[in-house]
Amino acid sequence: MPYGPHTPGDRERMLAALGIDTVDALFADIPEELRASPLNLPGPEPELELAARLQGLANRNRTDLASFLGGGVYRHWTPPNVDQLLLRGEWYTAYTPYQPEISQGTLQSIYEYESLLAELVDMDVVSASHYDGATATAEAGLMTCRATRRERVLVSKAVHPHYRQTLAAYFGGGLELDEIPLVADGDAAGTTDLAALERLLAEPDRPVAGVIAGQPNFLGLLEPMAEIGRLAHAAGALFVSVVEPVSLAVLAPPGAYGADIAAGEGQPLGIAPQYGGPYLGILASTDALVRQIPGRLVGMTTDVNGKRAYVMTLRAREQDIRRDKAASNICTNQALLALAASIYLATIGPHGLRDVAAQGAARATRLEAALAGVGAPRIHRGAYLNEFAIHVPDAKAVHRRLIDRGVLAGLVLADFLPDEPQLEDGLLVCATEVTTDVEIHAFAAALEAELAAPGVGSTPLAVEAAR
Amino acid sequence: MSVVGDPLQPTLFERSRAGRGGDKIPHPPKDALDRIPAEARRQTALALPEMNEPDVVRHYVNLSQLNYAIDTGFYPLGSCTMKFNPKINEWAARLPGFANLHPLAPDEIAQGTLQLLFELEEWLAEISGMTAVTLQPAAGAQGELTGILMIRAYHRSRGDIERDEVLVPDSSHGTNPATASMAGFKTITIPSAADGGVDVEAFDAALGPRTAAVMITNPSTLGLFERRIGHLLEHVHAAGALAYMDGANLNAILGRFKPGEAGFDVMHFNVHKTFSTPHGGGGPGAGPVGVGEKLVPFLPSPRVFRGGSGRYRLERPEERPTSIGRLRSFVGNTGVLVRAYAYLRAHGGTGLSQVSDDAVLAANYLRKRVGEAYDIPFDRACKHEFVASAAGIKKRTGVRTLDIAKRLIDHGYHPPTIYFPLTVEEGMLIEPTETESVETLDAFADALIAIARECETDPELVTSAPHDAPVGRLDEATAARQPNLRWRAMAGAEMPCPD
Repeated sequence: MPYGPHTPGDRERMLAALGIDTVDALFADIPEELRASPLNLPGPEPELELAARLQGLANRNRTDLASFLGGGVYRHWTPPNVDQLLLRGEWYTAYTPYQPEISQGTLQSIYEYESLLAELVDMDVVSASHYDGATATAEAGLMTCRATRRERVLVSKAVHPHYRQTLAAYFGGGLELDEIPLVADGDAAGTTDLAALERLLAEPDRPVAGVIAGQPNFLGLLEPMAEIGRLAHAAGALFVSVVEPVSLAVLAPPGAYGADIAAGEGQPLGIAPQYGGPYLGILASTDALVRQIPGRLVGMTTDVNGKRAYVMTLRAREQDIRRDKAASNICTNQALLALAASIYLATIGPHGLRDVAAQGAARATRLEAALAGVGAPRIHRGAYLNEFAIHVPDAKAVHRRLIDRGVLAGLVLADFLPDEPQLEDGLLVCATEVTTDVEIHAFAAALEAELAAPGVGSTPLAVEAAR
Repeated sequence: MSVVGDPLQPTLFERSRAGRGGDKIPHPPKDALDRIPAEARRQTALALPEMNEPDVVRHYVNLSQLNYAIDTGFYPLGSCTMKFNPKINEWAARLPGFANLHPLAPDEIAQGTLQLLFELEEWLAEISGMTAVTLQPAAGAQGELTGILMIRAYHRSRGDIERDEVLVPDSSHGTNPATASMAGFKTITIPSAADGGVDVEAFDAALGPRTAAVMITNPSTLGLFERRIGHLLEHVHAAGALAYMDGANLNAILGRFKPGEAGFDVMHFNVHKTFSTPHGGGGPGAGPVGVGEKLVPFLPSPRVFRGGSGRYRLERPEERPTSIGRLRSFVGNTGVLVRAYAYLRAHGGTGLSQVSDDAVLAANYLRKRVGEAYDIPFDRACKHEFVASAAGIKKRTGVRTLDIAKRLIDHGYHPPTIYFPLTVEEGMLIEPTETESVETLDAFADALIAIARECETDPELVTSAPHDAPVGRLDEATAARQPNLRWRAMAGAEMPCPD
């Protein structure tokens, strides 16, 4: 037993106190015919060997490529103090702060998280966290149905496909979800089709609870959020904005354009990509919707002696109190990741966050020029921040072969939006403040070589040579 | 501050001074944002705190010291399995090969993680006796939703669309009925029998052609193994319904009971309970779900597959049209799953059996000791946890379980779960786990017994507890009546600042 304290003598002592000879007696209530077959598993592994196994598995992943992959998860510089503070056992080995007197650290940190994010999204209330951006968006969709007592939600096709799929699963219990198509061509190509939105909102006898759009959208493009919100509100629907938090240092926040709910993925705020999670679901709303917001909320109050203190509050929304009438079934959340985001924001500061966002935009401008210069121009004309779609002949095969040249050339759009002819040979690429000129040059050079002579001279790695 | 002075901390916002901090990121060129249209840009300055790194570090180190945690002491929080969180697991999850891998990385550069996930699924299938496992759900409650949505899809695939009810025992976790509602079902609550198990008569009466599923926690939230589980499962299936097992209490039965073998159709695992991944002050967790043969077609997408050549791959979108789809973005809480995998490998099959044996032995020993001064409503062999009650103490002295819990803080312990399950008067659900020594168990029992005495001799001392915590009991009524849920310069400034 790697972590157990019991000596044979300890076990004897406990058995004797219970008046039994073997621990089997404590399992006598499992009916004989239902007892388990033996566990067919390997034996215990000493720590030294386990470490080698884990290191070996980690080494089988390749994280050395020049990466331009975003699609909802972004590489950023995380100041090392973030993870060093997270590694304090008082943070990560505590449970949900059910006993506020001995959980003020967690409670204050959550209150501060709620406050920091409220400032960032410019809204009144922020939940203590959800699983990720997709589930926060799904919960936002459910909130609009509860608040309006309507059962139909419209989601822009330019919202991340995983978020739309998650919405569809969460709506599997009987609610309706309709997609707002993309504008096919012209200056607004790749953004939410406003004329289609108006038609969907006007369908007789099918009132809309909420309209969901992303800023920037999945293709990296900036959406006319104020206009989408105006159309939603004119039809009596609520407006949900799906945001990327770093961008809010430079882009208008949801509160500024009339969103009722903001949802988003907090991963860019100091959280490692780690192949999908744990991340941070951001969910925020106006005061008017505070009793509809699911998940834990922490408020500031005082203790019996008048000292400032923090406590979980408005608990009547939650499953352990309200059971089948709760706003959601959520229990475990992502508190430790909310803490990471808070430490990140406190460390990087408002000016630093603006620099992160603006630097990403500046790097992306260079990337765009470099790729256009080798025959991979942008697909869309609309404004973007730091992620954009490019046209590459035979995109899927080229993407695959560029890996051999040391470049992870973003993602293949046809895998995510297969029924958009415009995106058939599209790659979605991004740059952030960590994207270097060397990497940009390596990408452009590799792509140029690949387009000139597919598959030829792909070793040694172009990126290594460029370095 | 720190070990001397007022331990409470001002907020980040009060610590902020304009002009502090910076120099983490190179300044971008001045024209970086010129191509962004004015109407899309932020018009008001971002009022986040401005701090230098040393102040940030002190803020969070000092705040951390206001927390009770497994790493600081015994945490017998029933139903939460607060066992030691091994440190190699933290090391492993931070290995750059795991931590820096993008979730949309092509399979060919993600082979290490895909192999780990595939093997983890195999281990969990063996432990649970299930046919297949999905690692996608982000937490136990999401695992429940995954399971119930699969059950819904199963019935629909057979044209069986009248089933709109889910049966849930009254002692269940709140997530069970909340999940059923979220998936569009009506919850039917089944009362408990006198022995703490499900009332079979009421159960059988509620079962019928409208029953889609039954959700059972086994061992139950009272820490008792459901002795009539064979009967219950038989009747569930005879009624055409499926059986969901809430795996929150799996720590009691590793190697002793495989839900899939016994006839459960689907269950979730709480890896942040049974498999030692840290709770993080409320999260993250991960809630893998195991299913029997019937539900395999409906598993969320993408699944992880091993090809003939030993290469691993993610299922492609649309590859399996019967899937209920996706419950979250990407693959799952992979960083959490790396920790769970390390825990399983460290123990192996024999170690896992020992975990449950020791957890159950410790719980029974503690039950015996606590029984010296408290009522034990179900005084028979428990599994990994047991319920004690202060109903007798309250009757005699007026002191409530809540007060006893708060007094435990003065004695240096995190209180157990209190007033849950809802079916026990003045209940406390105590779960010691297998990683606490017999000395710790004895010291905790001694503290509870001493408090029971205090209730008789000095009840005021108990009802006014805690006395030695950073703050006293909270004004929760005002917090709910006039919620202050975010810092605003005015609202915050009205509150006394600890600095």
